[in-house]
Amino acid sequence: MSRTDAREAITEAHREEWARVVASLTRRFGDLDIAEEAAAEAFAAAVVRWPADGVPPSPGAWLTTTANRKAIDRIRRENKRDDKQKEAQLLYDNDPPGPPGAIGDERLRLIFTCCHPALAMETRVALTLRMVAGLTVPEIARAFLVQETTMEKRITRAKAKIKAARIPYRVPSAEDLQARVSGVLAVLFLVFNEGYLATGPGTDPVRHDLTAEAIRLTRLIRALMPDDGEVAGLLALMLLTEARRAARVSPSGALVTLGEQDRGTWDTALIAEGHQLVRERLAAAAAGVAPGRYQILAAINAVHTSARDVRATDWSQVLALYDQLARLDSSPIVALNRAIAVAELDGPQVGLAAVDRLEAELSGYHLFHATRADLLRRLGRNQKSREAYDQAIGLAGNTAEIAYLTRRRDQLG
Amino acid sequence: MQYLVSVIHDSSDLATTDEMAAIDVFNEGLQAQGHWVFAGGLAGPGTATVIDNRGEAAVFTDGPFVESKEYIVGFWVMEAADLDVALKLAAEGSKACNRKVEVRPFL
Repeated sequence: MSRTDAREAITEAHREEWARVVASLTRRFGDLDIAEEAAAEAFAAAVVRWPADGVPPSPGAWLTTTANRKAIDRIRRENKRDDKQKEAQLLYDNDPPGPPGAIGDERLRLIFTCCHPALAMETRVALTLRMVAGLTVPEIARAFLVQETTMEKRITRAKAKIKAARIPYRVPSAEDLQARVSGVLAVLFLVFNEGYLATGPGTDPVRHDLTAEAIRLTRLIRALMPDDGEVAGLLALMLLTEARRAARVSPSGALVTLGEQDRGTWDTALIAEGHQLVRERLAAAAAGVAPGRYQILAAINAVHTSARDVRATDWSQVLALYDQLARLDSSPIVALNRAIAVAELDGPQVGLAAVDRLEAELSGYHLFHATRADLLRRLGRNQKSREAYDQAIGLAGNTAEIAYLTRRRDQLG
Repeated sequence: MQYLVSVIHDSSDLATTDEMAAIDVFNEGLQAQGHWVFAGGLAGPGTATVIDNRGEAAVFTDGPFVESKEYIVGFWVMEAADLDVALKLAAEGSKACNRKVEVRPFL
C-alpha cells in the first residue's frame, strides 16, 4: 500500500462516507456537535493508520466504528453520562422504524435538520456544507468571504439552537415534505449560484468548488428521493449550466454571453445527462404531473443547449416555457427573462417595451440595466445604451460581468 | 418540552370579538390535545415597572426595561414534543389572535 493510494482512499472515503458517518452518529448520540467532532477525529485517525496498516476492506464501516469509539471516549472523558443521556433525548425522533429504502437513509434526516426553516438561510447553507458535504469551517468561510471566527460562531450558534429548541432529527411528515424539500433545494441552488456567479472583487468569477459541491449534494438528494420531480429538475438545471462553464468566461476574464459562446467547448456528457433528466420530467408532465420552477428552468436550458448555434434556438419554445414559469412565479426577474425571449421573437422594440414596464421593481438590479443597454444598442440608440451600461456596471458584483459590460459599452463608440 | 409563545404587537388594544372567538377555539384545541400549560394577555408596556434590587435598596423605575415599537402583549406556554410541533401550533396561534408570535424553548 503506497501512501498515495491511502491518501486517495481517504479522499474518496471523505466524499462518500462523511455524511453517512455524521448522520449515523447524530442518530445514535443525539448530538450534532459530538457527531461532527467524532467524525473529524475518525478521519484524522485514518490519515495516520491507513498508510501504515493499509486501507480497510470496508472504509465506511471502519470510519463509523472508529467515530463511535471516539464519541464514547469523549462522553466518558467528560464524565457526564447522566447529562449525555438527557441530551441524547434532545435531538430525538419519534418515528417508528420505517421500511428500508432511500427515504429511511440517515443522511436525509441530517439534510432536513440542517435545512430547517427555523434557521436563517445563511446558517442552513453553512451547516449543510459542514455536516453533509464535510467542508471544513475555513473552507466554508473562504467560500462566502467571511472571517473564520464569524463562520465558526454561526455554526456553533446553529448547533446550540438545534439542541435547545429541539429541532427534530427526522424526515418531515408527508404533509410538510413538499415545502421542506423546496427549502433544501433553495439551499443547494444558493450554493450553486454563489459558485456560478461569485461576487466580490478579487474572487474568481466562477467558483468551481462551490458548483461542484452543489451538484454533488443534489445528486445525493436525487439518489435519496428519486421520485421527486423538482429534485430532478434542479439537478438537470445545474448540469446544463455547469456544462457551459468553460465557455462562459474568456481567457481575459470577461463573461461570454450564451450567444457568443464556443459551443464546441460545452461538456457533452453533462448536457446528455441533463437532457435525459429533462426528458424524464417531460414524460411525467405528459402524464399529468405539473412541473415546478426548477423543472421549467431546466427545460429552458435544455432548449438552449439543444441548439447548434444561437440562431438555431427555438425561441418560441423558450417563450412558452417562460409563460409557464410566470404562471408559477410572478417575480419581475422571470418577467425580465421572458422579455429577452420576446425581443428575439418580436424584435428589440417590443422587447424593450416589456423590459421598461419592470423599471419600478428592478431599477436596482444590474441585469435589468444590462438587458436595456443591449436592446437600446440593437436599436441604434447609443447614448441611451451607454447610460444603461453605466448603471449596470455600477450595480454588478461579478468581475466577469463587469468586464463584459465595460467592453460592450466601450464598443459603442 | 415547553415553549414560550409570545404575542408581539404594536398596540395593546384588546383583541376584537372575532379574534377573541378564534383564540377561544384555538385554546380549546390546545387543551384537548394536551398542549396547554398557561396563557394570558398583558397590559401595555406603559403599565410596567422595572425593579433592580441588586444594590442596597430596591430601585423602582417607571416603564418597560426597553422601549420598542413592538412589544409583548400576551403569551402562551405550550407543551410540545419538538420545535416542529411548537412551530405548527404557534402558526395556528398567530392566525387565531391575528398578531405575530415568537417561539422560545424553555431550558
